[in-house]
Amino acid sequence: MDGLRFLPRRFWIALIPILYIAFLLLPIWWLISMSFKTTNEILGGFSLFPQTWTIENYMVIFTDPTWYSGYINSITYVVLNTVLSLAVALPAAYAFSRYRFTGDKHLFFWLLTNRMAPPAVFALPFFQLYSAVGLFDTPLAVALAHCLFNIPLAVWILEGFMSSVPKELDETAYVDGYSFPRFFVTIFLPNIKAGVGVAAFFCFMFSWVEMLLAKTLTAVHAKPIVATMTRTASTSGYELGLLAAAGVLTIIPGAIVIWFVRNYIAKGFALGRV
Amino acid sequence: MKTENQRAWFLVAPVVLLVAFNALVPLMTVVNYSVQETFGNNQFFWSGLKWFEEILTSERFQAALGRQLFFTFTILIIQIPLGIIIALAMPRRGIWVPVCLVLMSLPLLIPWNVVGAMWNIFALPDIGLLGYFLNQVVGIDYNYTRDPVAAWITLIAMDVWHWTSLVVLLTYAGLVSIPDAYYQAAKIDGASPWAVFRYIQLPKLSRVLTIAVLLRFMDSFMIYTEVSVLTGGGPGNSTTLLSIDLVKIALGQFDLGPAAAMSLIYFLITLAVSWVFYTVMTRNEGK
Amino acid sequence: MARISLNALRHAYGPVRSDADYALKQIDLTWDDGGAYALLGPSGCGKSTLLNIISGLLVPTEGQILFGDRDVTRASPTERNIAQVFQFPVIYDTMTVYDNLAFPLRNRRLPEDRVDARVREIAAMLELDRDLTRRAAGLTPDAKQKISMGRGLVREDVNVIMFDEPLTVIDPHLKWKLRSKLKELHQRTRVTMIYVTHDQTEALTFADRVVVMQDGVVVQVGTPVELFEEPRHTFVGHFIGSPGMNVLPAEVSGGVARVAGHPVLDAPVIPAARRLEVGVRPEFVGFGTTGLPARVVRVADVGKARVVETRVGDTRVLAVVGEGQPVPDGDAHLVFDPARTALFADGWRVDAKGAAA
Repeated sequence: MDGLRFLPRRFWIALIPILYIAFLLLPIWWLISMSFKTTNEILGGFSLFPQTWTIENYMVIFTDPTWYSGYINSITYVVLNTVLSLAVALPAAYAFSRYRFTGDKHLFFWLLTNRMAPPAVFALPFFQLYSAVGLFDTPLAVALAHCLFNIPLAVWILEGFMSSVPKELDETAYVDGYSFPRFFVTIFLPNIKAGVGVAAFFCFMFSWVEMLLAKTLTAVHAKPIVATMTRTASTSGYELGLLAAAGVLTIIPGAIVIWFVRNYIAKGFALGRV
Repeated sequence: MKTENQRAWFLVAPVVLLVAFNALVPLMTVVNYSVQETFGNNQFFWSGLKWFEEILTSERFQAALGRQLFFTFTILIIQIPLGIIIALAMPRRGIWVPVCLVLMSLPLLIPWNVVGAMWNIFALPDIGLLGYFLNQVVGIDYNYTRDPVAAWITLIAMDVWHWTSLVVLLTYAGLVSIPDAYYQAAKIDGASPWAVFRYIQLPKLSRVLTIAVLLRFMDSFMIYTEVSVLTGGGPGNSTTLLSIDLVKIALGQFDLGPAAAMSLIYFLITLAVSWVFYTVMTRNEGK
Repeated sequence: MARISLNALRHAYGPVRSDADYALKQIDLTWDDGGAYALLGPSGCGKSTLLNIISGLLVPTEGQILFGDRDVTRASPTERNIAQVFQFPVIYDTMTVYDNLAFPLRNRRLPEDRVDARVREIAAMLELDRDLTRRAAGLTPDAKQKISMGRGLVREDVNVIMFDEPLTVIDPHLKWKLRSKLKELHQRTRVTMIYVTHDQTEALTFADRVVVMQDGVVVQVGTPVELFEEPRHTFVGHFIGSPGMNVLPAEVSGGVARVAGHPVLDAPVIPAARRLEVGVRPEFVGFGTTGLPARVVRVADVGKARVVETRVGDTRVLAVVGEGQPVPDGDAHLVFDPARTALFADGWRVDAKGAAA
């Protein structure tokens, strides 16, 4: 880099994240650009920017119930899953962070192993299981299935955050006559707000991005947007503009969620315990 | 110090019930299928370990496993060092930090099939930005739907695009938790930038890096959706990774026995490797 | 080795809108070569900032630092050739104790036989010689801090060694031992040492000269005896000595300073100041038949002496009375030793010529 001394070292270092972010944004920009093109223009040849801007692709999605109900279904099971995962993971994480009990270590590892189960392995048995219990093709089925990998993750993250809260807090509260539920909700939870936010973020994220199980467990009524997209791609041939518009719309909820947790991201990715 | 309390099981019970419902019942189903044979009329016969033997010795499985290992190895080799370099180059404080973090997290929150579709569109040889650029501007004959090498490069580029940020964010979280005193002491001791990295940053990052490698190993080993949308395993079988092959057998051909046996082998490999990481990680923490 | 001069040093961490934004307000100070200094002050007074400016970890907003005649204001810590020990142990986890101690020497490409000799010498002094081959990560906080100190002491040719509250994490009984080791080492090597602390005992036992800081300003530089007997500022009087100096509101008229209307001290000149106070250490307050009327409130036995708490009006005045000397009950008269009593104008001592110091 000797010949390039005229620019300070800091400039070259700053260039690395800038180039990386540019690389990340390029395909996203292409998707957005594509979503505003007409089908004729897309198939007609290469163009950097839409020649004639159109919002027709978006109009189709917002007016056709097979499209927009996909979004509603997806949001429904994602929210359901996040609430469910947190509701059961919170007490469990508390138990792991505060108590020793028979089998605790093995249980913790067993929970984590479910994070390692390839969804492809479970796709078929899941289909049979949820058909058998009569939940097939409901958002609840997907929400429950996603618990398989989200609960272990939520327990893991929350346990990390909880372990950094001193035990004296609990003891003082019990001495002061708080019952466990009241202590947990009014004193303990506010102390690990950031952890709950981070865990919710991860649950939302993994439930939102998953497709294989969501697609396997639904048919018509609860079909998620991700499944609608793949079926569109295969049946109606090359409706790239429509596909791109649907894709762009799936990025937006994630972007909103990131914006809310932006100040906790670094800590969240350390899972609360670097 | 934690106190011994068996009633803690009550707090854990809902988690155990929910996860067990999701994990044990399907796992039992898989185990059940894997040791039986069926001729499609709902009659099952005990077949012992026949399917396991068949899968393990089949060239098709070995080839898929080979591709899978190659894929996982390649993306780890690229993503881990790249993620560390980017995290080191990121600003530690100031208004650019949240901007970097938000933009970098973006790919992680895009549904996996959209990632596949996005790269599919991005890399189309005639009308995709990447494909057009490579063909028309650089002048390489690039077509990922025809050429296995191009398909692999696109696949790896997509995974680097999709997941490097996870390594960056984990590493970055580790870096910002190193107290300033360490850097100051290194300056006083006259340490070179390399020595700072080698003796301060790398040791302090060992835990998050283990997590990063573990997560990236697991997720890349289980990858299905993105590949299936991008290449569908093709051209030919050139990008048919384990999970793609598994779904082809299970849902495409409905060969339940072999599919179940393969699922179990697949699961056990993931589990074994992850267990090694987990043990290493918890042992280092114990020290 | 060289004498270190700080000229008109000021430092602010953020943008400067007013004088209050400066963490260091105005520092002019010279550290003589070979001295053992203590930098004493309460938390947040700017001690660590000053230290980091001397070591080169911070560049001051204004002012100049000279090592001998060389201007090093913008030089890096490496160029300044200094050593610094931090408050909390900083060790290189993956290295052995030996490699930790050798690290600063190897970075400066010292021949390996010299490295070995120095490392063993320092390790022996700090009683780390039995742990040399162990990995530093597994040691106790005590031992880790000893390694940190060892890395500071291992280089022979440094201009100055600075210690930033180095004994915070050390066990009380070891503190004393390590401090005397440092003192011993200073006497042997005569390297300039600057020892930052908020603990007056540490400062007074370690240093030949003590620099007292408050709110980003150096209030006094002196030997421990000078600080005790002639504090230049009420803050020094308060901060050093146990119990601290009595500071009583006063008024000056007719060449006499009065407390509660009672003359206690000759004051030939009336200083122009908003606040006038008389300061006297409890050790120099006695009881007499005439003098400042006071009321005895409480007597505490502290072993060799008794601390008597009295009230003059609503103001608390302490007196230290030696064993065997009588302490009056209830109403009493306080007598201040005139040689050890001083007038302070806006906090600063007024010397005989009447000017605020």
